[in-house]
Amino acid sequence: MLIKQVSVFLENSAGRLQSALEVIKEENINIVSLSLADSSDYGVLRMIVADAERAKEALKKAGFSAHLTDVMAIKLPHTVGSLQGVVKTISDAGISIEYMYALSTKDENACIVIKPADKEAAMEAIKLLNLDFVTTDEVKAF
Amino acid sequence: MNKIWNESKECMSRDEMSVLQGARLVKVVNYVYHNVEYYRKKMQAKGLEPGDIRGLEDLSKLPYTTKDDLRDTYPFGLFAAPQSEIVRIHASSGTTGKATVVGYTRRDIDTWSECVSRALSMCGVGKNDIVQVAYGYGLFTGGLGAHYGVENTGATVVPMSTGNTKKLITMMKDFGVTGIMCTPSYLLHIAETIIEGGDLDKIKLRTAVCGAEPWTEKMRLQIEEKLHVNCHDIYGLSEIMGPGVACDCEFHKGLHVQEDHFLPEIISPKTFEPVGDGEEGELVFTTLTKEGIPLIRYRTKDLTSIDRTPCECGRTTARISRFKGRSDDMLILRGVNVFPSQIEAALLEMSGTLPHYMIIVDRVSNLDTVEVQVEVEERFFSDEIKELEKLTKKIEGVLKQAIGIAVKVKLIEPKTLDRHEGKSVHVIDKRVFD
Repeated sequence: MLIKQVSVFLENSAGRLQSALEVIKEENINIVSLSLADSSDYGVLRMIVADAERAKEALKKAGFSAHLTDVMAIKLPHTVGSLQGVVKTISDAGISIEYMYALSTKDENACIVIKPADKEAAMEAIKLLNLDFVTTDEVKAF
Repeated sequence: MNKIWNESKECMSRDEMSVLQGARLVKVVNYVYHNVEYYRKKMQAKGLEPGDIRGLEDLSKLPYTTKDDLRDTYPFGLFAAPQSEIVRIHASSGTTGKATVVGYTRRDIDTWSECVSRALSMCGVGKNDIVQVAYGYGLFTGGLGAHYGVENTGATVVPMSTGNTKKLITMMKDFGVTGIMCTPSYLLHIAETIIEGGDLDKIKLRTAVCGAEPWTEKMRLQIEEKLHVNCHDIYGLSEIMGPGVACDCEFHKGLHVQEDHFLPEIISPKTFEPVGDGEEGELVFTTLTKEGIPLIRYRTKDLTSIDRTPCECGRTTARISRFKGRSDDMLILRGVNVFPSQIEAALLEMSGTLPHYMIIVDRVSNLDTVEVQVEVEERFFSDEIKELEKLTKKIEGVLKQAIGIAVKVKLIEPKTLDRHEGKSVHVIDKRVFD
């Protein structure tokens, strides 16, 4: 199960993250999770939001370069080694991970967002672990 | 006072000079009419025949030549001598990325060396000097032009080229180098490295001959003060010859033009009519003795004024003042001619449609820096940093290929650059030249 992530290009200057977040707020869209990747000149803001399509359109209208990316969000029990188990499964399948970050949930589980180089293959591998994926409907309800 | 290399030419009376220039002009007009189809057609279009040009007074009847003419006739269309007589080719960038190509006969190389020798004499350089040439060697006229001039002078040349400042300073110390030829910004960089390394009292440098990029009197004095040398300004352009077309003597009251070879005029960049001595305008040259690629009334786009009064040094050759700027958008970056349109063409070719961009030129630690900001539109954007970095590297590679010097590419958010009505501003030059 893949969910949509909103990715936004941001310059490394004061107020840019604020401007992007303001657009999301004005649209009354809840941000479930986010991560920021940065280089010396710019960064990429990656977000899981309640309504990805609407958030992307609003950001584009406001002048940002934004697009949607498919990512996997996997539920993990709060136990030692559960994250390592997932990463091992993916790496044993010979798939590299482009990036990953944690996602906050209300229930007992932790949750990890992963963008693997090969999504199909990664999904197949993870399925064998009997772990649940976060669905788009769940993201809306958070 | 510094030695005058060729007194018979550099100190002739103004009348004698006019007679010589007039005779040579008649000859060169005949020469191009009969050897360069492009010029013949250009003259015929104006109803001109060689016989109509009887002396200097007829100069203004002749059509101008521009960089566009060189581009339109790329590569050899304006050459007057057959290939068998051409012994060397040089090239510099043109407005559209197509190189401007020039060719020299054996005699042209000799004339060029003579001009550089005259310039070096003005600067006090003679056969007892050891001179490092730290211009780039290659298609650029700076390196080889200076090199042959130093040899012709009888001094010892050390062909450093550019790029290895540490080695340059080591050799400067070990060889007892007394003269250097390079761009002024590079020399300031060298000077700072020498001072930082505590090497100032270990060098014997006493003369610097700088050129190939716009600079200021302030920079010249700064170089003199930092390195305890005499610093001179040498001017040239590949279309006319290369470095040595003009140079300033020890009185630094303008650059003496080698007038027996290059006939200078100053014209209004608006009306294209000649202006009087002392008035500022665009510098125009007619080559009087060149065989490979003689040019008639070539518009340099450099803005200056001319002074034909005798100089305290004893030379009577006309002097042009330090350059005030250019009448086109050409940038001179680290001695290399760069047109913003070359950058635009490269971006366009790389990406299909032109992204919004801005070229920011600055001078950091006396070296020109170029940053090209490119708006990251939807089609360039990736959620992965490595893809964006790949894009940056790709654009940097394409631009380096196009303009010949390294630039830093900075990705910026879309719609952050100013949109101007009509002609967009694509260059911000932060360098200070006064």
